[in-house]
Amino acid sequence: MGDVQIKVQPTQYDAVIVGSGAGGGMAAYMLSKAGLKVALIEAGPMYDPAKNITQLKNPWDSVRRGASTRFRPFGDFDASYWGWQIDGEPYTKAEGTEWDWWRARMVGGRTNHWGRISLRFGPKDFKRRSIDGLGDDWPIGYEDIKPYYDRIDRIIGVFGSNEGLENDPDGIFLPPPKPRLHELMIKKAATGVGIPVIPSRLSILTQPLQEATTQRGKCFYCSQCNRGCMVYGDFSASSVLVKPALATGKVDVFTNAMAREVITNSEGLATGISYVSKDDLQEYQVNGRVVILAASACESARLLLNSKSKRHPNGLANSSDVVGRYLHDSTGAAMGGVLPQLFGRKRYNEDGVGGMHIYTPWWLDNKKLNFPRGYHIEYWGGMSQPSYGFGFDMQNLNGKYVVNGQQKPAGGYGASLKEDVRFFYGASVGMAGRGEAIPRKDNYCEIDPNVVDQYGIPVLRFHVKWSDYEIQQAKHMKETFAEIMHNMGAVITWGNSDGPENNYGLESPGKIIHEAGTVRMGNDPKTSALNKFNQAHDCKNLFVVDGGPFVSQADKNITWTILALSMRASEYIIDQMKQRNL
Amino acid sequence: MKRRDTLKAIALGTLSGTALLTAACNTNADDSKNSVPATGSGPDRMQEEAAHEAQLKAMPDFFTPHEMATITVLADIIIPKDDVSGSATDAKVPEFIGFIVKEMTYYQTPLRGGLKWLDNYALKQYQKAFIALTQQQQITIIDAIAYPEKAASNMQQGVSFFNLIRNLTVTAFYTSEMGVKDLGYVGNQPNEWKGVPADVLAQYQLAYSEQELKICI
Repeated sequence: MGDVQIKVQPTQYDAVIVGSGAGGGMAAYMLSKAGLKVALIEAGPMYDPAKNITQLKNPWDSVRRGASTRFRPFGDFDASYWGWQIDGEPYTKAEGTEWDWWRARMVGGRTNHWGRISLRFGPKDFKRRSIDGLGDDWPIGYEDIKPYYDRIDRIIGVFGSNEGLENDPDGIFLPPPKPRLHELMIKKAATGVGIPVIPSRLSILTQPLQEATTQRGKCFYCSQCNRGCMVYGDFSASSVLVKPALATGKVDVFTNAMAREVITNSEGLATGISYVSKDDLQEYQVNGRVVILAASACESARLLLNSKSKRHPNGLANSSDVVGRYLHDSTGAAMGGVLPQLFGRKRYNEDGVGGMHIYTPWWLDNKKLNFPRGYHIEYWGGMSQPSYGFGFDMQNLNGKYVVNGQQKPAGGYGASLKEDVRFFYGASVGMAGRGEAIPRKDNYCEIDPNVVDQYGIPVLRFHVKWSDYEIQQAKHMKETFAEIMHNMGAVITWGNSDGPENNYGLESPGKIIHEAGTVRMGNDPKTSALNKFNQAHDCKNLFVVDGGPFVSQADKNITWTILALSMRASEYIIDQMKQRNL
Repeated sequence: MKRRDTLKAIALGTLSGTALLTAACNTNADDSKNSVPATGSGPDRMQEEAAHEAQLKAMPDFFTPHEMATITVLADIIIPKDDVSGSATDAKVPEFIGFIVKEMTYYQTPLRGGLKWLDNYALKQYQKAFIALTQQQQITIIDAIAYPEKAASNMQQGVSFFNLIRNLTVTAFYTSEMGVKDLGYVGNQPNEWKGVPADVLAQYQLAYSEQELKICI
C-alpha cells in the first residue's frame, strides 16, 4: 500500500478517442468500420436509450413530477446525466465575467438530450471575415464539407424541406411533419410581417432510413426527444454511432474514465491518454497510434492545457497560444405569452415530434442593421404534457380574461379554479432566437492555478463577456418577437420588460450550450491550433473533433457540422495511416 | 400485442398509427412480464441520483401531523371534487407537498410560517386553530387571502402564503393521473401526427397550404 501505480492497458490501439458524443461517436464509428482498433474513453457510465428509459413516463412516475434537480437541470425525465454542475468537478469564473458550462457524463454525451436541430452551415458561414471584416474565415468552405453533410443526412437522417436558400443549403431530407395549430398561427403572423417560416430541420426519422448505421425505428410522435428514444427514432451518438461501432468488435469502451492528460513522447508525438477511473480511483493509461479529442470544446482545451511537457511547455498543440481562446456560445433571447383564441380549445393529441415543426432561418441583410451576423427563431406552444410548475401563478392570468362567459377576480380556489386551469390549458406560445456571436481572442478559458477537481485534475477558469454586437442582436430579437406576437394577437406574459440594464434579455454566455472555438483550425500555425483536417499543427497524430475546431459557429446549431468534420477527419486519418504518414 | 412487440413494430415501421393506439390500449396484466419498463415504474436513474432519492425517502417528515392536517384541508378547498374529477386528497396532493419540501427546502420556511400565520389569524378571529373552525369560518378566512387584488393591505402575508399553497396544490393535482385526465391531455403514447384535425382547422379558419400538403408527411 502507499504505492501509486499507473496501470497501462495492454492493447496498443490504432486510435484512442476521448469522449463519445457527436464528434467522438462519429470517429469511433468511422474508424471501427474501417477495421481499426479503437479505445473509446468516456467520463460517464454506459447509456443506451433503449435500456435507460425516461421516455413515455407520466409526470406522476417522477417523485418530483418532472421537476429539475442538479442531476437533471432540464427536468427529471431529461436524458442528460448532470448539467450545469457536477458533484466534485467544479469550474471557476474570473470576476466580472460569465460562463455556464453544461457537461453530460454518459455515453453519447449531450446528444442524448439535444434539440435535434440539424442545420448545415452555408457558404457565407465559412467566410465571415471576408464579408464583414470580423473574426476569421475558416480554412475550408462549404464545397469542402458538403459531401459529408450529404452522407450524414443519408446515414443519420434529418427531415426538412429544400427551399433553395443561399445560406441555408438544401439537404437530403425526410418529409417534415405538418405544423401544429399554434405553428400555423405563428406562420401566418410572421410571414404577414415579412419574416419567413419554413419546416424545421430535425434529425428525427419521419420515414425509415435506407442507409441507417443501425436498426432504427420511425418516430412515433411523443414529442420527447430530449428523453432519448427507445426505438432510436432520433439521432443520439449513443444509439446511432457508438452502438454500431461497438458491434464491429473493434472498439473497447472505457466508461467512468476521466481523462487526465494526453501523454507525449520525447519527439512530442502523442502516445496515449492517462485517465483516472471513477470506479476504483486508480490511474490508467491507454496507448494508441493517434489520439482524438472529442471531450467537448472546453474539456478538450482543458486536456490540452493540462498536457504540458518539455516539447509542449505551453500545453499540447498550443505553441500558438490560442487553445482555450475564441470561446463562444450562441446568443439567445426568448419571449412568451398566451393566445386568447386558444382558450377553451378542443383536445386532441398534438405531441408531434420532439420540438418545433417550423422555424425561421435568418432572413435580413446586416448592411442595414447595427449588428453583424444573424439569428434563427425557434417556436413552441400548445397542449404539452403537464409537469412540475404547471398551473403556477394562476392569479396572474385568471383575472385578466373572461372565462366561459364570466369575469372573475384574480386568484381564487375551488371548482371555479379548476375551470380556469382547464380553460387556459394549451394556449401558451413562445419563441427564442439563437444567433451568431463574434469569436474573440479575449474570451477564453484557462487552467485555474488554484483549483483542482476531486481527481486532482486542474479545472478551467472562464473569462467570457458579451460585446455590444451580441447585445444589439438580442435587442433586435426582442423587437422581432414582439412584432410576431402582436401580429398573431398573443398577449405577452414574459420576456418583454428588457432594456440595456439586462442586455435586452440576452442569456449569459454558455447558457445555450453551443460551446465552440477553443481549439480552432486555420492555415497559419501561429494563429490556430489545428489544420483544416482537425489535426494539430504541433503534433501530427493528435486530432480534435468536437466544437473546439470551429472558427465561428454561424447561427446554426453545431452538431451537424461536428459530425461532418469528424467524419472528414476520420477519413483523413484512415488515408494518412494507409500512406504511413501516421 | 405485448408492449415490447408493439414498440418493436414501431421500430420496424410495420404498424400503423391506429393499430398502435389500439394495441397500446389493449395491454393486459400478463403483458407486463418481460416488457420494456411499463408506465408506472420509475424513470432511469444514474447512480448518484438513485442514492439521492433513497436518502430523500429515508428522511423523517418535515411537517408535524397538525401541519399536514392543515395542508390537507387547504388542498381540498383549493381543489375540491367536482363533476369532472376528484379532490386534492383523492390525488394524494398533501403527500406530494410533504415530500417535495424535503428536496425543495426553500419551501419549508414560507410554508411553515404561512401555516402558523393562518392559525394565528384563526385564533384571533375565532379562538381556534384553522382546522377546528367550521367550514363557513374557514372560507371566510380563505376569501380574505385568495384574491390578491381584492385583499386588504394588512393581509399580504396571508395572500403570499395562499399563492404558494395554491401553486403547489394545482401543480400536484394536474400532474397526477387524475389531474392529467381532467385536463384532457391525451398524448404521451405512440401516435401518428397527421396534422391539425379538420374540424379544428375550420374552427380557426386555417388551412394547410398546397406546399405543406405536398411535402409534409
